Amino acid sequence: MHISKLIILFVFITIFLAGCDSRYLILNPQGAVAQKEYQLIIFSIILCAIVVIPVLGLLVYIVLRYRDKPGNKAPYRPDWDDSKRLEFIWWGIPIIIIGILGFATAKTTYELVDPPKKDVKPLTIEVTSLDWKWLFQYPDQDIATVNYVEIPKNVPVQFVLTSDAPMNSFWVPQLGGQLYTMPGMAMGLWLQANHKGEYFGSGANFTGEGFAHMNFKVKSTSTKEFNQWVRQVKETAPALTKADYNSLAKQGLSLEKSYSTIPKGLFQETVIKNGGQYYSQHHHMKNEDMKTMNVASDEQAHTQHEHQEGGN
Amino acid sequence: MLDKLKDFSSHFFVTGEPMIYGADVAILLTLAGIIFVLTYLKKWKWLWREWLTTVDHKKIGIMYMLSSLLMLFRGGVDALLMRMQLAFPQWHFLDSNHYNEIFTTHGTIMILFMAMPLMFAFFNIVVPLQIGARDVAYPFLNAVSFWLFFFGAMLFNLSFVIGGSPDAGWLSYPPLSGMQFSPGPGQDFYIWGIQISGIGSLASGINFIMTILKMRAPGMKLMHMPLFTWSVLASCIIIIFAFPVLTVTLALLFIDRFFDGHLFTMTGGGNPMMYINLIWMWGHPEVYIVVLPAFGIFSEIVATFSQKKIFGYKSMVFSMMIISVLSYFTWVHHFFTMGAGANVNVFFAITTMAIGIPTGVKVFNWLFTMFRGRIQMTQPMLWTIAFIPCFVVGGATGVMLSAAPADYQYHNSYFLVAHFHQVLIGGVVFGFFAGLYYWWPKMFGFKLNDRLGKWAFWTWNIGFYVCFMPQYALGFMGMTRRIYTYDFDMGWGPLNVISTVGAFFMGIGFIFQAWQILHGIKYGERDVTGDPWNGRTLEWSIPSPPPHYNFAVIPTVTGQDAWWTIKEERKKKKAKETAAFSPIHMPKNSGIPFIMSIFWFIAGFGLTFHWVWVAIFGLTGVGACLLARSFQYNSDYYIPVDEIQHTEDSVGRVG
Repeated sequence: MHISKLIILFVFITIFLAGCDSRYLILNPQGAVAQKEYQLIIFSIILCAIVVIPVLGLLVYIVLRYRDKPGNKAPYRPDWDDSKRLEFIWWGIPIIIIGILGFATAKTTYELVDPPKKDVKPLTIEVTSLDWKWLFQYPDQDIATVNYVEIPKNVPVQFVLTSDAPMNSFWVPQLGGQLYTMPGMAMGLWLQANHKGEYFGSGANFTGEGFAHMNFKVKSTSTKEFNQWVRQVKETAPALTKADYNSLAKQGLSLEKSYSTIPKGLFQETVIKNGGQYYSQHHHMKNEDMKTMNVASDEQAHTQHEHQEGGN
Repeated sequence: MLDKLKDFSSHFFVTGEPMIYGADVAILLTLAGIIFVLTYLKKWKWLWREWLTTVDHKKIGIMYMLSSLLMLFRGGVDALLMRMQLAFPQWHFLDSNHYNEIFTTHGTIMILFMAMPLMFAFFNIVVPLQIGARDVAYPFLNAVSFWLFFFGAMLFNLSFVIGGSPDAGWLSYPPLSGMQFSPGPGQDFYIWGIQISGIGSLASGINFIMTILKMRAPGMKLMHMPLFTWSVLASCIIIIFAFPVLTVTLALLFIDRFFDGHLFTMTGGGNPMMYINLIWMWGHPEVYIVVLPAFGIFSEIVATFSQKKIFGYKSMVFSMMIISVLSYFTWVHHFFTMGAGANVNVFFAITTMAIGIPTGVKVFNWLFTMFRGRIQMTQPMLWTIAFIPCFVVGGATGVMLSAAPADYQYHNSYFLVAHFHQVLIGGVVFGFFAGLYYWWPKMFGFKLNDRLGKWAFWTWNIGFYVCFMPQYALGFMGMTRRIYTYDFDMGWGPLNVISTVGAFFMGIGFIFQAWQILHGIKYGERDVTGDPWNGRTLEWSIPSPPPHYNFAVIPTVTGQDAWWTIKEERKKKKAKETAAFSPIHMPKNSGIPFIMSIFWFIAGFGLTFHWVWVAIFGLTGVGACLLARSFQYNSDYYIPVDEIQHTEDSVGRVG
C-alpha cells in the first residue's frame, strides 16, 4: 500500500515538475494564439482542482475513518441515506464551476476566430496535406515549400488548409492549436509567432502508413530575414510545375523542398478537384481569403468545365 | 491454374510475418485441442444441449463473459505490442503497416468485443435475478444476440490470419477507409464484424428494456429497483437510439466501398464530415452505454460493503437519466478542430462540460454512502475505491478537453489517449472487474482467492498509473496518437519507456486474474449460503449458482433493497415461511440462434471478400432459419412441482 502510493506520487511529481522543461511544447507557448490556449488550459486545471482535491481528500478520510474494524468508534448509521442540504451543495458547486469554465471557453473560442493582431497585414499560406508530406504555398510571394515553412515573427499568419489525400490535421503546438485539413474544403487557421525560433509541426490525424513521418519545421524570423529568404528561394529554387505537383501528390515521403513559383490557382484547383464545388467556402473563410478564393473560383469553374468536357 | 491458386492463397492468407505464422499454428493447435478434448470426454452432446442451444440468461451471460475475457486478452496483447514498439525512439519492432492494424484492432476489440459483451454478461446474469424474474423478456432473441455478437467477433478476428486486418483506425474515417486508400478486405472485415454483432447489441437493448419494464416481481415499482437495474435501463435507452445509427453508418460506408458510392467523398457530392458526425452520434453515447452499467455496479457494491443504504437514491436515478439524454449532445466535441465554427463549438463545449455535473454528483453520493458506514475491504470494494480517484481525475481531464480552444491543443494527442483510457479503464474496466468479483460466487458458487486478487488489484492499479500518467505529459510534449515511431530529439523516449513498463504491469495483473480463476475452480471457497456478502438485493436470496428457473417462488417486493428488508423481517419473526410451489413456465432450448449466426458469419465472410454467391448463400440460410423459427410452435414447457421440490432440496436452501 505505502510503496504503491510512493510510486504514484513519484510519477506525478516527475511529470508535473517536468512541465517546466521546454520540451513540453504546449506549456511553452511561443505565439499569441498558443498563449490564449495555454491560459485557458491553466485556468481549467485550477477550476478542476477545486473539485478534485477535496474529493480525493474526502475519499481518504472516509475510507480510513469508516473501515469495518473491531473497535472503530466512528458513528454508524446504516439507514441514513438522504440529506437535501448536502445534495444541494454538490449539485450546485459543479454547476457554478462549469458556468465559469463555460464562459471562459466561449470567450476564448470567439477570440480565436479573429487574427491575433489587427494592425498588421497578415501573411497567407496555403497548406495542402498530401500522402505523406506537407505542401506550403505562399500565394502573395508566389513560392512554395515542402515539409517546412518560414514565417515572419509578430505577423499574424492565416494558414488556409486543405488536403489532397485522406484528411489530416495541421498542428504547431507552440504556436497554437490544430485544425483539420480536409479534401474539398479550405479552412482558415490563425497562428502567429512572437519570437524568432524553430518550432515543431506535425500532422495530427492518422492518414496511413507514412503518417508518423509527416513532421515539418516552422521557422520564425524577422520580417527582413523573411523577405531575404523569399528572394533567395525565388532566385535559387526550381519552379513548381503541374507535373512536379502530381509526383508530389503520389504516396511516399519527401525531403524538404523549395519552389520559386507555383502554377496559377493550384491550391484552389486542388480544393475544387476534391469536390469543393459542392461546398460553400464562405463558412470557413475570413474576408481576405474569400477574395482570393472568389477570384480563383471563377477560373476553377472554368477549368472544371473544361475538365468535364475533356471527360466527355 | 496452379499459379492462380498460389496467387490467390498469398492474398487470402496473411503471410510474411513470423508472428502471424505463430498465430496460425496457435489457432490450429487450439482448435485441434478443443476437438480432441470434447471427443475424448464425449462432451459434444453436452456442449450442444447445455450451451450452444441454451436460452438460459445465466448461461448466456457466462458465455458473454468468457468470450469478452478472451477478447480482453487479445486486445491486451495488441496493447503490449504497441507499447513495445513505442518504448524507444526509432525502434524497429513493428513496421508502420502492422502497427496501424494493431491499434485499429485494439480499439475495436476493446470497445465492441470486450467492453460491450462484458456489459451484456452482467445484464444477463444480474438483471433478471435482481428484479425477481425467471428469464428475460425474449429468451430466444437473447440467444440470437449472443451468437451474433460471438460470430461477429470471430469474423473480425479472422482478419488477423485471413485477408489482413483493418488499419484505418477504430472509427475508420473516410476517405482513408474508402476503397481508394484501403483497398484490401480488412476494412470490410471491420464493417461486417461490427455490423453482425451490432444487430445483436440492438436486440439486447430492446430485450432488457422490456425485461425491466415488464418482468419485475410483484410490488417492485420503478423507484424500488436496484440501481444496477436502473443503470441497465439507462444504458439500454441509449443503445436503442445509438446502435441504429451505427448500423446505418457502416451500411453507407459499405455502399461506398462495394457499389462505388460517393456518400463520404466530396468527389461526387458526398461529404466525409457526414460519416464523422454519424459515427460519433453513435460513438460518444457508446461511451455512456458502457460506463452507466459500471456506475450501477459501483452503486450496488458501495452500499453492500459499507453495510449501509445507498445515499441519495433519487439523485442517482435522476443523474443517470440526465446522462442518457445529455450523451446525445456531446458528439461534436470529437471534432472541435474540424472548422465547425465558434457557435457550434461553444454549444457543444458547454453541453460536454455539463455532463460532468451529474457524473460528479454520483461520486459524492458514493462517498457519502461510505460516510457513517462500515467499509469492508473485500475485492469488489477495493476496485470500487480505486475507481473513485481514477475516475475523478479522468473526469477532470475530460472537462479540460471539453474547453474547445484548449482542445485544439489536446486533440489527437497523447493527452487524449491518456484521458479516454483513464475513464474507460478506471471507469468501465475497473467497474466490470468489481462486478465480476462481486457476482462471481453467485454465477459459479465459489469465491475467488483473496490473496491472488490483491496481487491482481495492485499490479493493475500501479500499472495503470505508471502507464497512463506519462501519456498526459507526452500530450503536452506534442506527441500525436497513432504514430508508430518518433525521433530522438523530441525527448519522448523516457516517458514512453515508463508507460510501456506500466502496460506490462497491467498485463501481469491480468495473468493474476486468470490464475485466480483457475485456482478458484480447484480450491475456491464454496458459497453454500447464496448470500456470501450479506447482500441487499434479490439475487442474493436464491442459491448459488441459481437453479435454471431462478426463483422457486417469485418474491413480493415492498421497497428498496428487497432482500435486506426480507432478512430484517425474518430476524424479527425468527421464522421461515414455507413455500408452496406451482409449476414454472420456461422457454425451450433452440439450435436456431446458433445456426442462424453461422449463416450470418458466412454471409459476412462473403461480403468481406466481395464474393456475392457466398453472401447470398449465407443470407438465404439466415432467411431459412427465420422461417423455421416462425413455424416453431412448441417452444415452451412447464417444470412440474416435483422437480422444483427436488431441485430446491438438493441445493439445500429454500427461499
